[in-house]
Amino acid sequence: MKAQRLVWGETLADLAANDQRVVVLDGDLATSTRADIVAEAVPGAFIEVGIAEQNMVGMAFGLSTLGYRPWLSTFGVFLTHRAVDQLRMLVSQTKAPVRVAAAYSGLLNGSSGKTHQDIEDLAIMRAMPNMTVIAPADEHEAEAVFRWAAEHDGPVYVRVARDAVSPVFDESYSFAPGVPHLVAEGTDVTLISTGVQTSRTLEAVSLLAQRGISAKLIHLPTLKPLDADRLVELIGDAQTVVTVEEHSRIGGLGGLVSEVLSERGGTRVIRIGLEDRWSESAPNDFLLDKYGLSPERVAAAVVDELARSV
Amino acid sequence: MTVLSSRPTNEELADLARQARWKIVETVAASKAGHIGGPLSATDVLIALYFAQLDIDPAAPQDPDRDRFILSKGHSAIGLYSVLALRGYFPVDELATFDHGNSRLQGHPDMLLTPGVDASTGSLGQGLSAGAGMALGAKRLGKDFHTWVMVGDGEIEEGMIWETVLSAPRFGLDNLTLIIDLNGLQQYGWPSEANDRFDRSEPVGHVDLERVFTGFGWNTLTIDGHDFDEIFEAFGRVSADRGVSGLPTVIISRTTKGRGISFTEGTYKWHNGVATEDQLETAHAELLGETGENR
Repeated sequence: MKAQRLVWGETLADLAANDQRVVVLDGDLATSTRADIVAEAVPGAFIEVGIAEQNMVGMAFGLSTLGYRPWLSTFGVFLTHRAVDQLRMLVSQTKAPVRVAAAYSGLLNGSSGKTHQDIEDLAIMRAMPNMTVIAPADEHEAEAVFRWAAEHDGPVYVRVARDAVSPVFDESYSFAPGVPHLVAEGTDVTLISTGVQTSRTLEAVSLLAQRGISAKLIHLPTLKPLDADRLVELIGDAQTVVTVEEHSRIGGLGGLVSEVLSERGGTRVIRIGLEDRWSESAPNDFLLDKYGLSPERVAAAVVDELARSV
Repeated sequence: MTVLSSRPTNEELADLARQARWKIVETVAASKAGHIGGPLSATDVLIALYFAQLDIDPAAPQDPDRDRFILSKGHSAIGLYSVLALRGYFPVDELATFDHGNSRLQGHPDMLLTPGVDASTGSLGQGLSAGAGMALGAKRLGKDFHTWVMVGDGEIEEGMIWETVLSAPRFGLDNLTLIIDLNGLQQYGWPSEANDRFDRSEPVGHVDLERVFTGFGWNTLTIDGHDFDEIFEAFGRVSADRGVSGLPTVIISRTTKGRGISFTEGTYKWHNGVATEDQLETAHAELLGETGENR
């Protein structure tokens, strides 16, 4: 079990050692994001820009016009909120091959609390034209995504979780943008999850099985682009799907799935995610429990939903 | 950065600047929307750059070794387009499509559409940072080109500018030059004060920009941005400093908003505006007429 941020640092160090186009721009958080691994291993690929995220995006854009493939590294919240105009103008609009490594994504950020929790990023970033938006489930998918993004000729936004989760996939995993993955077969209820929340949702599937409920789990790593036909095919004839995400219930995975299914008709979407309010500083287990994203809370919500719909 | 051997004379440049100013006011009037004051204040420096300073080839707008120019004050796009057209990047007639549907000439510069535009701008404060990235990339790649960025004096109210001003000297970017088109007015701005040049308060009139930039570690030059001798004196000092101080240079270019047309000069009211037929006639006579007062 390995944290995505550690995988990111190691993968980027490897990529940078073999490709001079790869540079990492750090907003003075390298020891947290693990950009320090790149700085130590390939000093020439590491560019400190200081605590100035807007300037970081602008410089990355400028570098990209000369053939560089820059990675932005800082807490995601400072990129998708503080520097959102720069991402919109200089990266999304221009299709610049800038990669946003959004560290400490979602709710769990080492007790830094609500100021540093980025639970609106998927809503913001997937609304930007040209932007590929990815939330990997675990260390294996994350590494595949980082390596795919390194070659992609356009802007990429990737969530990079701070803490390790139980792997959903193994080393044989291969990534293709837009493709949903069937993680568990089931007949009683269909769950769709993204990011590291898929790992916890897979645990919820086990808890449901103990209660005699057979749950299908679809993992959707790419919020944009999306192979909607494949997603609908995997959903099959389910009357209800339940989305689960470490993100606001507004505009993220639940929003995306609702958009797709409302155009095709018939399927009800229940969205499990963070309520439209501010959270707090606390250890991960406390936050996941209080805000409804622990395996137990997700399983309980599914049981309640099934009871209601009977 | 190559110094061109066949530099036009000041009189030739002044003539080009009058033509550009006419295209600005004429095009905006035809499109019934656009900015006037900022494009007119910047015209002389833009002409000087594109006709006598930048190492560029309009036939090869993507040449990787070309000098870069970023118009960070993107709302002055029509000023840049007029100069690019006169320089041969696209037909002068195409200016008539400005702000029209399906045009390559958007209200704010789009690098994916317009030949000669090196960076998309429009949200103020971003161009210097983009230029710093280009200049840093040039250093890393061992490329010799120079990157020029023009901002407005109102624009430097944006905080992002100062993120880049603070960090650029650390990167040793003596291949980066910032030009502040200090025309003394913004769209509306603050009420005028006794010592102001025009009809509203200067955006940064209360600030000693030379001391500020010197304090941040920049080479600092102040010029009359309508005087070609002073403009080229500054450009010459930028060229001479490459590889010497290791620092970026700022050229504080004091200009007049709406420069070149009697009714647009020195007033915030022509930040943007559409000239009437009578006003166009006046502008044409002043800029291109045989007896025009600016000839």
